[in-house]
Amino acid sequence: MAENSLIEICFHGRGGQGAVTAANILAAAALKDGNKGVQAFPFFGAERRGAPVRAFARIANEEINLRSEVYNPDIAIVLDEGILDIVDVVGSLKKDGVILINTEKKPGDFDFSKKFRVATVDATAIAIKHDILVGGIPVVNTPILGALPRILDRVTLKSIREIILERWGGETGEKNARATEDAYKSVEVNF
Amino acid sequence: MKVVIDTGNYIAARAAMMAKPKVVAAYPITPQTTIVEGIAKYVENDELDAEYICVESEHSAMSACIGAAATGVRTFTATSSHGLLLMHEMLHWAALARLPIVMCNVNRAIGPGWNIWCDENDSIAQRDTGWLQFYCSSNQEVFDTVIQAYKIVENEKVLLPAMINLGGFILSHTSLPVRIPEQKEVDEFLPPYEPKWRLDVNHPITHGNIIFPDDYYKIRYNMQLAQDNSRKIIKEVAREWREKFGTYHGDLVEEYRCDDAELVILAMGAIGAEAKVAVDKIRKNGLKVGLLRIRAFRPFPEEEIIGMAKKCNKLLVIDRNISVGNEGALAGETRACLKDRVEDANVYGFIAGLGGKDVTYIDIEKMCKMVIDGKAGRVEWYGLG
Repeated sequence: MAENSLIEICFHGRGGQGAVTAANILAAAALKDGNKGVQAFPFFGAERRGAPVRAFARIANEEINLRSEVYNPDIAIVLDEGILDIVDVVGSLKKDGVILINTEKKPGDFDFSKKFRVATVDATAIAIKHDILVGGIPVVNTPILGALPRILDRVTLKSIREIILERWGGETGEKNARATEDAYKSVEVNF
Repeated sequence: MKVVIDTGNYIAARAAMMAKPKVVAAYPITPQTTIVEGIAKYVENDELDAEYICVESEHSAMSACIGAAATGVRTFTATSSHGLLLMHEMLHWAALARLPIVMCNVNRAIGPGWNIWCDENDSIAQRDTGWLQFYCSSNQEVFDTVIQAYKIVENEKVLLPAMINLGGFILSHTSLPVRIPEQKEVDEFLPPYEPKWRLDVNHPITHGNIIFPDDYYKIRYNMQLAQDNSRKIIKEVAREWREKFGTYHGDLVEEYRCDDAELVILAMGAIGAEAKVAVDKIRKNGLKVGLLRIRAFRPFPEEEIIGMAKKCNKLLVIDRNISVGNEGALAGETRACLKDRVEDANVYGFIAGLGGKDVTYIDIEKMCKMVIDGKAGRVEWYGLG
C-alpha cells in the first residue's frame, strides 16, 4: 500500500451522537467515489450515552489490510467541542493533519490553530435549522460530514448525499442531505 | 455481483441468508448479537424462508440445530465466548452425530475479568470437538467461507459441522466492502442439501443409541477420516469459488510473499491481515519475511506447515490464545507437527492480543525484529508491560 494513499480519520463524539454512523456513511461514500479500500469501525469499547467515544474510518486506493486502531489520524472530526477539554485530540494528530470541529467559533479562536490546520462548522445550528432532532437533541453527525469534502478531496458531497438518501428515505433523508449542503457552504478554514 | 459495505456480523448474516438454511436457532451475546438480529430480520421480511427459533440458551441453540439437522435440513447458528462454552457438550454431539451444521463464532475473551473483546480462547477450547474450524481475516472472507462451509460439510466424505470464526469487534463491528454474488449464482454453487439419512416418522430408524466399544472406536476413527477428507474438499471448494466468483483467500492456508522468505509469520484471524502490512513494511527494509495465514485450524494444515518449514526454517507463530500450562495453541501444534519431520526448524511462539489488546503491524514488526536479532525465546508474551 502506497503510504500516501491511506487516509485515517478519527471521529470524536459522545455516546449517542452517531460517531459510528458518521464513520460508516463516510466509508460508504468514499467507496462510491472509487476508493477501493475503505473501512469504518467503532473504538472497541463499551459505549455509554454521553461519554466520550471514538469511531474511525480509513480510505485508500487499495484493499486495506490494517485491522488495528487508528492512533495518529490525518483528520480528526470533533462532534462536540467540549471533548477538546477532556481528550487530547490534537496530540495524536499527524503533523500535517486537519481538525474539523463542530463549533460556533472560528478556526483562529483555537490556540492550536497556530500549529494545526483547523476547519470549523456550526453543525449544531445547521441541525436545528433543518429540524434534525432526536429526542429534542440536534443530530450533528450527518451535517458535519458535509464539511469534509472541503478538506478531503477523496470524497464528494454528491456521494455523501446519496448514501444519506439511501439509508434514510423520505423527508428524514432529504433534511439530512440538505444539512450537509449547508455545512459544505459554511465551513471555515485557517489554511 | 454487487459491492456492499457492511460489518462482519451483518455480512455473516447475509451469507447465512443466501445459503438458505431451513432452521436458525440462536441466542444473542455480545459481540455476536447483530448476526442473529440480521437473520431474524431476514426471516421477518420473508427474505429467508426459515424457522427462526428463539431459544433460552446457547446449549438449547445447538440442541435445536442438532435436532433440525437430523431431520435433514440445512441449519445455522452463531455465538461467542461464554455462549460457545455453554454449547460445548452439544458441539461434541453435533460432530459425533455427523451433522453438517454451520456456525459463526465471534471470537471473544472469557471471563472473569469481564471482557467483550477479541480473543481466540473460546474457539480454541473447542478444538477437540470434531468441528472444522476456520479463522477469517476480512468480511469478504467471512461471506465466502460461510457459504463455502456448507458445501464442504455437506459433502458425504465430510459430514461434520463447521465453525467460522471472526474477531470480536475487529471484524464483527468493522465495515468493509464485500462483493456479493446474485442469489441465483449462490444457488448454483450451493444446491439444496440432500442428506444421506434423516429422521422421518414415516421411515423410523434409531439414532444416537447405545453403542459398544468396538463400534464407538470406529465412529471416532471415521470422524478422523472425515477431517482428513475435508482437506481435499476445502481446496476444491475454494478453487471452485474463485473460478465462479473471483475471490480467493487461500484454502487451508494463505501464503503471502513466502517464496524467498527467511522468516515466516504464522497467524490466524484478523492478525493475519495486519501481518501483511508488517511483511510489506519489513520487506521495504530488505528483510525477507513472509506470512503463512492459517485459515483452517481443524483440519490442521500439517502438510502446508511442514512444506513451509522445509523452505524456511524460522517460523514466528502469533497466538491470540493460550493453552495455559503449555503455550499458544498454534505454536504448540506447529512444533508438534514439525518434530521429527523437519530437522532444524525453529518455532518462536508469541502470545499477543489476549482480551482484545490491539496487535498493530508495528507490534508484528517488533516481533520479527526480536527473532531476527536472536532475542526471541521459545515463548514470548508480547507487550505484557
